[in-house]
Amino acid sequence: MSQTAMQNRPVAETNTRFDVELRKVFKVFNGETVVRGIDLNIRQGEFFSILGPSGCGKTTTLRLIAGFEEPSAGEVLIRGRSMSGVPAYRRPVNTVFQSYALFGHLSVWENIAFGLRIKRQSKAEIQKRVQESLRLVKMEQFARRYPAQLSGGQQQRVALARALVNQPTVVLLDEPLGALDLKLRKEMQVELSTLHKNLGVTFVMVTHDQEEALSLSDRIAVMHDGKLEQIGTPNQIYDYPQTPFVADFIGDTNLFKGRIETTDYGMWQVRTERGLRILVKPTESLNGSMPNQVVVSVRPEKIQLSLEKPSSPINCFEGRLMHTMYLGTHVHYLVELLSGDRLTVLQPNRAKLAAEPDSPLYIYWAETDCLALTA
Amino acid sequence: MSTSTPTPSVVPKAKVSPRWQQKLGHLVGPLVLLGPPGVWLLLLLVIPTLLIFQLSLIPGIRPGQPMDGFGFGNYLNILQPIYLQVIWRSVFFALGSTVLTLLLGFPVAYWIALMAPKRWQNLLLVGFVLPLWTSSLLRAYAWITILRPTGVLNSFLSTFGLPTLDLLNRSSAVFIGMSYSFLPYMVLVLYASLEKLDKRLLEAAADLGASAPQTFWKVTVPQTLPGIAAGCLLVFIAGLGDFVVPELLGGASSMTVSRLIYNQFLGATRNWGLGSGLSMVLILAVSIAIALLIKYGDRDPESFS
Repeated sequence: MSQTAMQNRPVAETNTRFDVELRKVFKVFNGETVVRGIDLNIRQGEFFSILGPSGCGKTTTLRLIAGFEEPSAGEVLIRGRSMSGVPAYRRPVNTVFQSYALFGHLSVWENIAFGLRIKRQSKAEIQKRVQESLRLVKMEQFARRYPAQLSGGQQQRVALARALVNQPTVVLLDEPLGALDLKLRKEMQVELSTLHKNLGVTFVMVTHDQEEALSLSDRIAVMHDGKLEQIGTPNQIYDYPQTPFVADFIGDTNLFKGRIETTDYGMWQVRTERGLRILVKPTESLNGSMPNQVVVSVRPEKIQLSLEKPSSPINCFEGRLMHTMYLGTHVHYLVELLSGDRLTVLQPNRAKLAAEPDSPLYIYWAETDCLALTA
Repeated sequence: MSTSTPTPSVVPKAKVSPRWQQKLGHLVGPLVLLGPPGVWLLLLLVIPTLLIFQLSLIPGIRPGQPMDGFGFGNYLNILQPIYLQVIWRSVFFALGSTVLTLLLGFPVAYWIALMAPKRWQNLLLVGFVLPLWTSSLLRAYAWITILRPTGVLNSFLSTFGLPTLDLLNRSSAVFIGMSYSFLPYMVLVLYASLEKLDKRLLEAAADLGASAPQTFWKVTVPQTLPGIAAGCLLVFIAGLGDFVVPELLGGASSMTVSRLIYNQFLGATRNWGLGSGLSMVLILAVSIAIALLIKYGDRDPESFS
């Protein structure tokens, strides 16, 4: 996946009108706070993802936008209009539900026409728009079928068409691809992305699948424990995580706790709890301030392996190979350093390391390839 | 498995039993399970029904007469307006109480299944089924004390200066009594159906712009249609054959098929032939209703097509 291409989508950068705004939104269920003061601005035409582990409050956030739940405190705005007291059926949003929630007693055609019929559109208008939506999701030949006669992928398409046919301001997608198998999911990801580009409608997707979020979204909000950890483009989220949680949750990473010892030559030297000295480029988002405790994050794919001692002594540590896992396109190594730290290293399956288990080796990475985060 | 046995070739030999033994095995299991109830059904349902059928084919047979003669006289007899009127009245009572129990039962079942706190659901249901645990005769007598001219209802009305109602020994008393008797069945069946209703479908309807009433008519009702059909057929069947309520609450003007049959066997007229013919017609009507119930009653709403 080419991340630079995704990052440079023009839509999100120039448009500053907001379709969805959340202001200090809280949600409490039976004394348990599920959403804790979320502030969120989703731009018009954006493909926005809310990403987080299960139970982080992301689905509740989506339901607050849809109107299935009312916030315990705070406010939800759609196109600048406050949604307080506006029931779900009067909101200009449509949802693609997690397991589609298609009406079993209605045919595909009738499922898609449901919203238009409720709004008392003319027969001709309904016919035209349902036909259009069916073509959009390539389901024309299934119009007379019933949901039970469709595969999961086909049901997914109908659910999409049923939402899009109403031309909503915002399309909400709740784990839209979660129930599909891997191959189908990849196909649908491409189609979702194409649909979004062609229609220019704001998409808000909830997912726990980071790869899905990274590959589809203009921007991602990472949620954890009812709070927002970070909002940013896929590139920012992956390469410049702002918290240890984001670094750990998005992709794999190796984390070292420590504190900053010296700041020579515009570099921070971090001494970890186990005594390693790591050189890190100062973190820009901290605006020159220097935290006492930091967590250094190094992505497995940024680490190099070598059997001989490399010439550059920067961030180079001796260890031994514990375990090798062959992943096809990549090889995954588990290395234990002399300090006792265990690291994962990911190398492309190009130059396989001729190392036996338990054999000594060196690992190293550039100071620009790791990140210091506030603990 | 074969690796654990030293001589694998012996194993299949020992496991295969002769074909006739296998066949017998296939027969013994069902026989053991179905035998006792089968005998019961044969002796107490199938044979008596056949006997009634035989009687129905002997025109005008009365107790003490020899069983000879053959013809459809009894059935032709039933086609007389006076008997057709009785049959029609029975259908009318059954239909009426079906509609009444549906109108009364649906809101209750809906509330218990979708709105009441989860932990109270079972208790509420038990509360509704409780009347079923008392004898239907007792319940009918209770309604007599309530509905009779000087009964509970009228003394209540007159203390407030309201006009009294004359409900007993009329159709209205039959409707009240039947609806009361069959309401628990309706509520139970509707509850089972509403409880299975996928709540996300209601959210999906709201999401697509449907207000609560629109959601109810366009999603809830169609989705629970099998349950509604099952409940209605159940009440209709029970109402069609009910004897106690029309007999005790209906009065002389509310003659129903079941009372007519009773009269032919144990009452003044003593026409076993006509009684048997009427019984066969009733059995046929109920069988058709049950066939419909089996075909449409317990269908998964997903499999509509």
